[in-house]
Amino acid sequence: MSELNIKFRDPSEVMKLSRLGSFHQSKLSFLRSFIREFKDWDYKRNLFDLDKNGYGTAVYSFSKNKRNYSLVCFAQHIDSNERSDRVIATKWDAAFVLHDGIPSKEDINRLKENVPKQEVGRASYKELTLSRANKSVRAFDHVVNSLSLGKQPDKDLLNKVGYLYRTTAVYGSGKFGLADRFRIKDRKEIYGPFRLEMMLVYLVRQFTFDQVNHIAKSRNPSKAVQLDVKIARNLGIGNSTGLGMAPFIVNHPTLLHKWIYCREKALKEIRSIEEVNASDLNIFKDCLAKSKTSINSWLTDSKYQKNKINSLKSDLIKFDQYLEKECSIKIKYLWNEIYIWSSKNLEEECLEYIVSMMMEPYDDIIDPLINNMSSEEDEYFTIPAHKKVSDLKTILESNYKSIIKIDFKEKNSTANFWFISKNKEEPRVANRYEEHGAELEQPLAIARDIKKLYEKIAQAKQSSTIAEFLLYNDDVRHVVRRAFIIDKFPYSEIQDNTIGASLVPIDMLRLKLSFFGAVKFDPRSDKWLRINMYQGAPLSNELKNSNDTWVYNVFN
Amino acid sequence: MQSLSEIDTTSKRASKAAGFSWGIAEEIGKAIRSLELFGLPGVINLNLYLKKIKKNHPKKINKIGKENKNKETCPIYCGVAFLDQCKQLETLEIIKFYNVNYPLLILPFISKASEILGKKILIQFNNTSFLANFNKSILSKNIDKQISPLANEINIEFLENKNSFSVQDWKELYKLSEETFVEESESLKLKGAGAGLTDND
Repeated sequence: MSELNIKFRDPSEVMKLSRLGSFHQSKLSFLRSFIREFKDWDYKRNLFDLDKNGYGTAVYSFSKNKRNYSLVCFAQHIDSNERSDRVIATKWDAAFVLHDGIPSKEDINRLKENVPKQEVGRASYKELTLSRANKSVRAFDHVVNSLSLGKQPDKDLLNKVGYLYRTTAVYGSGKFGLADRFRIKDRKEIYGPFRLEMMLVYLVRQFTFDQVNHIAKSRNPSKAVQLDVKIARNLGIGNSTGLGMAPFIVNHPTLLHKWIYCREKALKEIRSIEEVNASDLNIFKDCLAKSKTSINSWLTDSKYQKNKINSLKSDLIKFDQYLEKECSIKIKYLWNEIYIWSSKNLEEECLEYIVSMMMEPYDDIIDPLINNMSSEEDEYFTIPAHKKVSDLKTILESNYKSIIKIDFKEKNSTANFWFISKNKEEPRVANRYEEHGAELEQPLAIARDIKKLYEKIAQAKQSSTIAEFLLYNDDVRHVVRRAFIIDKFPYSEIQDNTIGASLVPIDMLRLKLSFFGAVKFDPRSDKWLRINMYQGAPLSNELKNSNDTWVYNVFN
Repeated sequence: MQSLSEIDTTSKRASKAAGFSWGIAEEIGKAIRSLELFGLPGVINLNLYLKKIKKNHPKKINKIGKENKNKETCPIYCGVAFLDQCKQLETLEIIKFYNVNYPLLILPFISKASEILGKKILIQFNNTSFLANFNKSILSKNIDKQISPLANEINIEFLENKNSFSVQDWKELYKLSEETFVEESESLKLKGAGAGLTDND
């Protein structure tokens, strides 16, 4: 046990949006834990029925011990003016669904009618996740042309793009008729969150490689070559992500807590290591060195992101000097020293980068945490209404210290409102004082409503029960529930104002995407961004012999 | 078919649109999901009830007593208040509500209360009985209509935890179970147990 008694980092520090928006992928990320879990499953391409242009149906599966998961892919022709990577599109180059088991012909025919329609089609309880993707036309056409001429594609061009296809949404958990989580939650292989979404994206990546090889071969059977596996490995799947992800982290407080808690627990345990051995330090140094190639290929037009990347790059130079000069395994609690130095000398972007890197040597710390990152949210839904108003006041004062200081009479504090768009049923954010619709605001202004609750609680009879309080105050019931959740789950709440004028919604997206394991965050505005997933990951036929540090193999 | 997740989300949003607060709407989403999971017609009843109240929002419940006489009782406000206050209400043993609209909608809240209290709760209205079973299931007897727009009287009874079988039934079953035991010899008595021969130390 550590003599230092390292504590968890305070939620008031970690749960600030600027900090959450500086998180990076790590060994806890869902892409990586998916590959670790499924690496020994049998991968198979069950069906590949594409025409010479690459349009048609394909099925890929993972199987083990009589359990099968099958990705069913439908590729079609669309005109260039129909191709949009915003969620508001209605047609896509390809549509995908993850089917529970091996689909029958009837299943495939049913899915063919529905999956390409996405939100307006219907899936069944036999389907688990649903997605669609568009080609990166520039990269896709270049690769097909090159391969059909017997040449490998230009690596520089591919490095800039990073993928052949970009998804625009991956749906799961009962959306559009998909299976509810309760049907499958007891399966051990999917204990980690979003594991089936990660599986879908991984198999889609394989489909993109098979499709370009197939089209090139059809175009020029005698001359065409297959895409070089090293080039393929450096390609991931792109994703365009909008505001849909932001409410998710507000609407799933216990899940958010689990993710952050596991990251914080890992950090605490690593900082508590008294004697750091040389091989562990070398793993850290090796991953850090290799990861720089990826940072250097991180391109964006966003000024906001450019500043963050530049801060990361210059801080890493500082950190390297510190590591070289001042860090030795002779120092007791070396990781703690490194963390303390980093927190004093580095910006948030780099500090959280180092935190991610510190996890790399420690399978023994990380692995037990992975299966603890899901949450049975319904267990914490019921309000403990027998408690006293004074209990709630104490909870609010200790868990929302900075929130209850915000002055919501200031216009800037309530500048934005969140709503659901009627045409796409997707979350959006708009200026409360310039746009219409604020009367239909979604319950995502947690800070404002907590403050309102606090003011009401302060006036209420402290010995009353919560049940009595709620009889006359049901307008704040949703935040009473949250307050009792945060009492048990301290990392369940964003400690910032999600409707303030200075809100940067992409910070909320990045938090979630970093846990997915996404890289190359490329904001296209303050409300949506592009990312890359699985860049550097082992190909399907390489899974069994893959190692977990594949994410640092990109371009190395 | 619609997933339970869709039923939850849509019920929540529809309830908010019909005038309930977000916090109550969240409760309704979970309640309708639970009714449908138990095979009871939650969506139909909610839909009809929300249409009924869209223009004339129901009155809230102030306090629940043994006899709750109102001209009209909202099953949602009544159910939520019952759930919130269930620990105090338990002592009343039997509670009556009068003139409850769409009474089926009160069931999921009582079912949840049954789980919290660790007691089965019997609900009776319109010649139909429902047994809320620790929120694991809702058993129903004589349910002949899927939709009942009004219950003149709902009787709610907290049931004491007691066996559903006689002492004799238990004895007979236990006797049979003994046939899996081994008759101990003196040697087995000495060696078979993990504990020491004396516990005076």
